Amino acid sequence: MIGGLFIYNHKGEVLISRVYRDDIGRNAVDAFRVNVIHARQQVRSPVTNIARTSFFHVKRSNIWLAAVTKQNVNAAMVFEFLYKMCDVMAAYFGKISEENIKNNFVLIYERLDEILDFGYPQNSETGALKTFITQQGIKSQTKEEQSQITSQVTGQIGWRREGIKYRRNELFLDVLESVNLLMSPQGQVLSAHVSGRVVMKSYLSGMPECKFGMNDKIVIEKQGKGTADETSKSGKQSIAIDDCTFHQCVRLSKFDSERSISFIPPDGEFELMRYRTTKDIILPFRVIPLVREVGRTKLEVKVVIKSNFKPSLLAQKIEVRIPTPLNTSGVQVICMKGKAKYKASENAIVWKIKRMAGMKESQISAEIELLPTNDKKKWARPPISMNFEVPFAPSGLKVRYLKVFEPKLNYSDHDVIKWVRYIGRSGIYETRC
Amino acid sequence: MPAVSKGDGMRGLAVFISDIRNCKSKEAEIKRINKELANIRSKFKGDKALDGYSKKKYVCKLLFIFLLGHDIDFGHMEAVNLLSSNKYTEKQIGYLFISVLVNSNSELIRLINNAIKNDLASRNPTFMCLALHCIANVGSREMGEAFAADIPRILVAGDSMDSVKQSAALCLLRLYKASPDLVPMGEWTARVVHLLNDQHMGVVTAAVSLITCLCKKNPDDFKTCISLAVSRLSRIVSSASTDLQDYTYYFVPAPWLSVKLLRLLQCYPPPEDAAVKGRLVECLETVLNKAQEPPKSKKVQHSNAKNAILFETISLIIHYDSEPNLLVRACNQLGQFLQHRETNLRYLALESMCTLASSEFSHEAVKTHIDTVINALKTERDVSVRQRAADLLYAMCDRSNAKQIVSEMLRYLETADYAIREEIVLKVAILAEKYAVDYSWYVDTILNLIRIAGDYVSEEVWYRVLQIVTNRDDVQGYAAKTVFEALQAPACHENMVKVGGYILGEFGNLIAGDPRSSPPVQFSLLHSKFHLCSVATRALLLSTYIKFINLFPETKATIQGVLRAGSQLRNADVELQQRAVEYLTLSSVASTDVLATVLEEMPPFPERESSILAKLKRKKGPGAASALDDGRRDPSSNDINGGVEPTPSTVSTPSPSADLLGLRAAPPPAAPPASAGAGNLLVDVFDGPAAQPSLGPTPEEAFLRFVCKNNGVLFENQLLQIGVKSEFRQNLGRMYLFYGNKTSVQFQNFSPTVVHPGDLQTHILSLAVQTKRVAAQVDGGAQVQQVLNIECLRDFLTPPLLSVRFRYGGAPQALTLKLPVTINKFFQPTEMAAQDFFQRWKQLSLPQQEAQKIFKANHPMDAEVTKAKLLGFGSALLDNVDPNPENFVGAGIIQTKALQVGCLLRLEPNAQAQMYRLTLRTSKESVSRHLCELLAQQF
Repeated sequence: MIGGLFIYNHKGEVLISRVYRDDIGRNAVDAFRVNVIHARQQVRSPVTNIARTSFFHVKRSNIWLAAVTKQNVNAAMVFEFLYKMCDVMAAYFGKISEENIKNNFVLIYERLDEILDFGYPQNSETGALKTFITQQGIKSQTKEEQSQITSQVTGQIGWRREGIKYRRNELFLDVLESVNLLMSPQGQVLSAHVSGRVVMKSYLSGMPECKFGMNDKIVIEKQGKGTADETSKSGKQSIAIDDCTFHQCVRLSKFDSERSISFIPPDGEFELMRYRTTKDIILPFRVIPLVREVGRTKLEVKVVIKSNFKPSLLAQKIEVRIPTPLNTSGVQVICMKGKAKYKASENAIVWKIKRMAGMKESQISAEIELLPTNDKKKWARPPISMNFEVPFAPSGLKVRYLKVFEPKLNYSDHDVIKWVRYIGRSGIYETRC
Repeated sequence: MPAVSKGDGMRGLAVFISDIRNCKSKEAEIKRINKELANIRSKFKGDKALDGYSKKKYVCKLLFIFLLGHDIDFGHMEAVNLLSSNKYTEKQIGYLFISVLVNSNSELIRLINNAIKNDLASRNPTFMCLALHCIANVGSREMGEAFAADIPRILVAGDSMDSVKQSAALCLLRLYKASPDLVPMGEWTARVVHLLNDQHMGVVTAAVSLITCLCKKNPDDFKTCISLAVSRLSRIVSSASTDLQDYTYYFVPAPWLSVKLLRLLQCYPPPEDAAVKGRLVECLETVLNKAQEPPKSKKVQHSNAKNAILFETISLIIHYDSEPNLLVRACNQLGQFLQHRETNLRYLALESMCTLASSEFSHEAVKTHIDTVINALKTERDVSVRQRAADLLYAMCDRSNAKQIVSEMLRYLETADYAIREEIVLKVAILAEKYAVDYSWYVDTILNLIRIAGDYVSEEVWYRVLQIVTNRDDVQGYAAKTVFEALQAPACHENMVKVGGYILGEFGNLIAGDPRSSPPVQFSLLHSKFHLCSVATRALLLSTYIKFINLFPETKATIQGVLRAGSQLRNADVELQQRAVEYLTLSSVASTDVLATVLEEMPPFPERESSILAKLKRKKGPGAASALDDGRRDPSSNDINGGVEPTPSTVSTPSPSADLLGLRAAPPPAAPPASAGAGNLLVDVFDGPAAQPSLGPTPEEAFLRFVCKNNGVLFENQLLQIGVKSEFRQNLGRMYLFYGNKTSVQFQNFSPTVVHPGDLQTHILSLAVQTKRVAAQVDGGAQVQQVLNIECLRDFLTPPLLSVRFRYGGAPQALTLKLPVTINKFFQPTEMAAQDFFQRWKQLSLPQQEAQKIFKANHPMDAEVTKAKLLGFGSALLDNVDPNPENFVGAGIIQTKALQVGCLLRLEPNAQAQMYRLTLRTSKESVSRHLCELLAQQF
C-alpha cells in the first residue's frame, strides 16, 4: 500500500508531504528529489526504485506528485489513485499549479487524510467529498445533515446523496476519443489504436436508474440473432471494444451477465467508462511526406495532408509538426493554406490550419538550409506529427440509447433532455518520413 | 590582464545566460538553447562575413551551451579563426574554446597547431603565454609531439620574458607528466637548473616544480640543483619579511617556493659538500627557530604558511635522518603541536612523528611524548587524529614500553570507532607478539583482545596464538589454564571458543590434574558453548572432542554419546556430519595405540612471515608498509640506516618472536649482513628455543649436521633458504623441503629435482625417491613446500642430490646439494642385554665386518651431547654393557627393502687425549665402513 505522498514544485522543493506508514522515512523525500527531479538524465520511467523503495510519479505542468511505498503494490492502482487525486484537486481549485497548491495546502492535507487511510485509497468521489470537505470555512452543519452525510458516505451508494431535485432533468453525454497512429512513409499503418472515454454530466432528480447502450459488437450480435435483417443493417456499424473500465457506479455483475451497462449516476460530471479499440479505425487524416536531400547543405521537404471523412464535417485546430535537422541554419516555407513557421526552439516547422472540411487536400513545401558539420552522425529523421480535432468518433462508437428510470418520482425517460456529443482528437499521430 | 570589462562585455551573451538562469524548467531551458543554436547556425552560415566581436560572442555562447551539457557539433572553425585575431580577448576566447572542446583526433588539429606555432614564434609575450597555456591545457600526445622540442628552447632562451618562462616551465611540466618519453633531454636541462637563480620569483617557483618532476627520473642530470636550491632557500629563509614584496604571504616570505625547494631537496641524499651542508643545516635550524618566534599575525593564513614550511622542513630532516640534533629538535617541535588547538596540526604532528619514531636518533625523543599521545588517543574528538595516534603508538613501541602501550591500546579498543577496530586489534596482536618477554603475558593479552573486540579479531590473529602456543611448550600449560578460565565467563566470543577448543584439545591434559578443571568439567564447559556456535566452530569443537577421547579415556563414553546424537550424525551440514561419523567410528574401532598416533599432539608449525603482519600490510596498502615496518624505510634511504635496524636486539634473544621480523626475512639481495635475521627463523622453529643462531652454514657442514638430526636448515644464501623436516620409519621416509624465497622478487621456473648418483654407477636402484612437483613460481618472501617419499631398497653410500634451478630477476640460478639421507636414517634401535650383545659382537668377528677409527675430538667432549648424538644417529644406547661406564655401546638394525643389516657400535672416549675410538661391527662390510666414517665426523 502507499506509504507516503509527496508533492514537489519544479525546483524539487517539497510542497506537500504526507507519510502514512512508518517504513517511509524523511530521507525518501530527498531521495526522490535527488534521483528523479534533479537527475542528470531525464527520468522517463514513471516508476523508480531507490534503495528498495518504489516511487510512482506523475507530473502535472510543473508539479510533481509522487507516491512512495516499500511494499509490492499494484502499480496501476497507485497511478489510478494519483490521477484521481489530480482530478479531485482540479475540481476544488482548478489548475494544478504551485501557487494553487500553496494557497490550498490545508485543504489538500485534509483531503489526503480523507482519501487515503493508512495508505489504502478510500472514497475519492469529488461530489461526495465536497459535501464534507468544503472551502467555505467551517459551516456549522446540522445534526441531520451530518448523519445524512455519514449514511451516504458509508452506505451502499456512496457517490450520490438522496433528495436531489432539479426542475429540468437534463443530461449531457460526451464521447471523447484520442486516436493514435504510426504510419510508414509509404502509407502503411504500423500501429493504430483509439482510447476513448464516455463522460457524463447529469442533472437528474432522485435516485434515477440509467441504462446505457452503444454499438458494441457483442451486444449487437446477441440481439441480431433475433432479427436477421437488423444484423445486416447494423453489422458494419458495430465496433469491437478491446477492453473497457467503468465508473464504480456501474453494476458490473449485470455487465458480466447481460453486457448491459446500468447504473445510478453521481450528481454532476463523471467518467462513465473508458475503452480502447484497435480495429476498423477511421483515420481522419493522411500525411504524405516527401523529403529530398540536395547535397550536404540543403533539404527539400514537401508534405501533403488529406482529410478522410464526410465532406460535411469540419476538422479544427489542425497542426502539423515537421522536424528539422539539428544543423538547420535557415528555412523557407510555402504553404497554400493556413500558416507555417519555423520554430527554432523546437527544431521543427509548425504548420497550423484553423479549419478543414472532409475529403480535402493541402500541401506545404519547405527548403531547409543546413550548416555543414564535422559530425558524421546522420540525421535520424524523426516522424512528422499532427494534432487535430474532429466532430466524430474515429473508433466508430455510437451511442444507441441512454434510458433513465426513476420509479419514485414521476418523471419518465421522455421528460429528460439528453445531449450527445462526439469529439475525436489526435493522440500521438505520427507519420515517418 | 585585460579582462572582459564592462565596456567590452558581450551584452548578447549576458542576456542569453540570464535567460537560461531564469528558465523555470528543463524543457524551457532546452527550448531557449535550441533557439540560440539555430540563431548561431544562421549567423555562421557563411553568406556574410562576421566581425571578430560577434564571432567571439557566438563562440562564447556555444562554449556556455557545451558546458551546460549539450552537444556542440559546429563552430570549431570559427573558434580557430579567432586564434589568428590580433585582439587579446578574441584570441583568448578562441583558445578557451579549443582547450575545452577540441578533441585530439579532430581534423582541425593541424590548423590549430599552426596557429599555436605562429603565436609561439611571435614576439608578443601575452600571445606566447596564451599558446603555452593552451598546449598545457590540452596536453594531448599530438600537442606534445608538435611542441615538445620548442618549449625547452623558449624556456631557456635568454630573451624570453619572465611570464613566458614561467608558463613554458609549467607547460613543459604538464607535457612531461602526460608523456615523459616525448620530452627530449638535452643541453637545456643544465640551463634549466640555472633558472633557480632567476631574479623573478615566479620563474623560480615554476622551475622548481619542473626540476622536481624531472629529477625523479634522472637524478644525476640535475645534481647541480642541490647547491643552487640550498642557496636560494637560505636567501629566502634569512630574508626579512618585507624583502620579497609580492611574494611575501602574510609576513611569510615565499612560502610556496620554500616548500617546493624543500621538496626538491628531498629527492636527493644530504649534500656531500660540507659548505653546502652547513648552509642547509643553518637554514633548517632557522626554520625551526622561526617556529618558536611569536606569530607576526593572528591570521590563520600566516600560521598555515609558516607551518607548511615547518612540516616540509621536518620531512626533509626525516629524509636525511643524519642530523640527530635536528631530528630531536623536530621531534620537540612536533611535541608542541601535539597539544595545539588546531586539529590539522595535531594530525600532521602525529603523522610526522610516526616517521620520526623509526629513526634511531629520534626514537627516544619520540618516546618522551608517550603520555601525550596516549592522552590524545583517549580524549581526541577527531577520529582520524585518534587513528594517527594509534599508529604512532605502534611505531614508538619497543621492549621498554610495550606493556604500557599494549594495555593502553586495549583500553582504547573498548571505545574505538568500529572502522579502525580491526586494525588496532592487529596492531595489538603484533606488538604483543613482538615484544613479549614472557609468553603468559602474550596469551593474556590476546585473550583479552578476543574478549574486548572478538568480532574484530580476524582469523589470522587467533591462528597465530595457536601457532605460538603449539610451538612453545613453556606456555602451553598456562594457556590451557587461562582459556579454561576465560571460557567460564557466561558469554564469551566465538573466537574465544575456537581458541579455547583448540588449546584444550591439544593441551587440556596439562590442567587435568586440577579437580576444578578435570576432564569432564573441561568437556562440559566446551560443550555448553557448542550449540551457540557457527558451523566452523562446531567442526573445530568436534575435533577437540575426539582429541579428548585420546587425552582422557574416561570421557570417551560421554563424547561418543554426543557424537552419536542425531543432531550430529544427521546434521544438515556435510562437514559436521562427516566429522561426527568419522570420529565416532574412529573412537569405537581404533585401539588406544592407533588413537594415540592419529590424535597425537600437533607438530610445531613451520614458521613463515607472520600472517598478521601480512594482513596489516595489506590493509594499509603498499605505500604504508614501510612506515609500519619500523626497521626499514623507503629504499632510497636504505643505505643510510640499513645498519641501524633494531634487528640485533631481537635476534639475540632466542625466542620465536624473531619471526616477527618476517618483513625483514626478505631483505634486498644487495644487503648481505641482514640475512642473519632471516637465518634464525627456521632454525628457531626446528631446533626449539635452545638453538644458537647460525650464520649460513656451508652445505657440507649442514649435511653433516643432518646425520644426527632430522630437521633444520639445509642451505641458505642471500636468495634462498632451504629447510628440511624429515621422519623415517623402518625402510620408509618422508622428507619435507621448505624453499623460502628471501628476496622480494618472484623466482621463475623454479624446479627442484632429486637425483641419486649411485644409481648411475651401479645400475641398481638403492633408494627410491618420489618427489611431488612444486609450483614453478615462488613469490617474493613466500615459502613453498615439497614432499619427498623415500624408500630404501638396499644399502647405499652416496646420498641423493637435490638440484634446484630457478631464474631470479632473469638470471638463471642453479645449485646442487646433498640431500640429508644417509643410511643411518633407516636405523631401527634394538635393545638387548649385555650377554646378547657380546654374543652378537663375537658372531661378527670377521675382519671385514669390523671398521674401527681412532680420531681426535672436534667438539668438546660432553657425555650428554654424545649420547644425544648417538641417539640421533639412530642406534639404541645400551647401558651396563661395557664394563667402562665412560664408553658408549649401541645396537640397531638398518632396514632396507632387500635386506636387514644388524649393527653394533662401541665408542670409547679418552678425555685426556681428547680422542675417540669408534668400533663398528655390521653384517655387511661396506655398511660398517660407511657408518664408521659418518659417525666419526660427528664428534
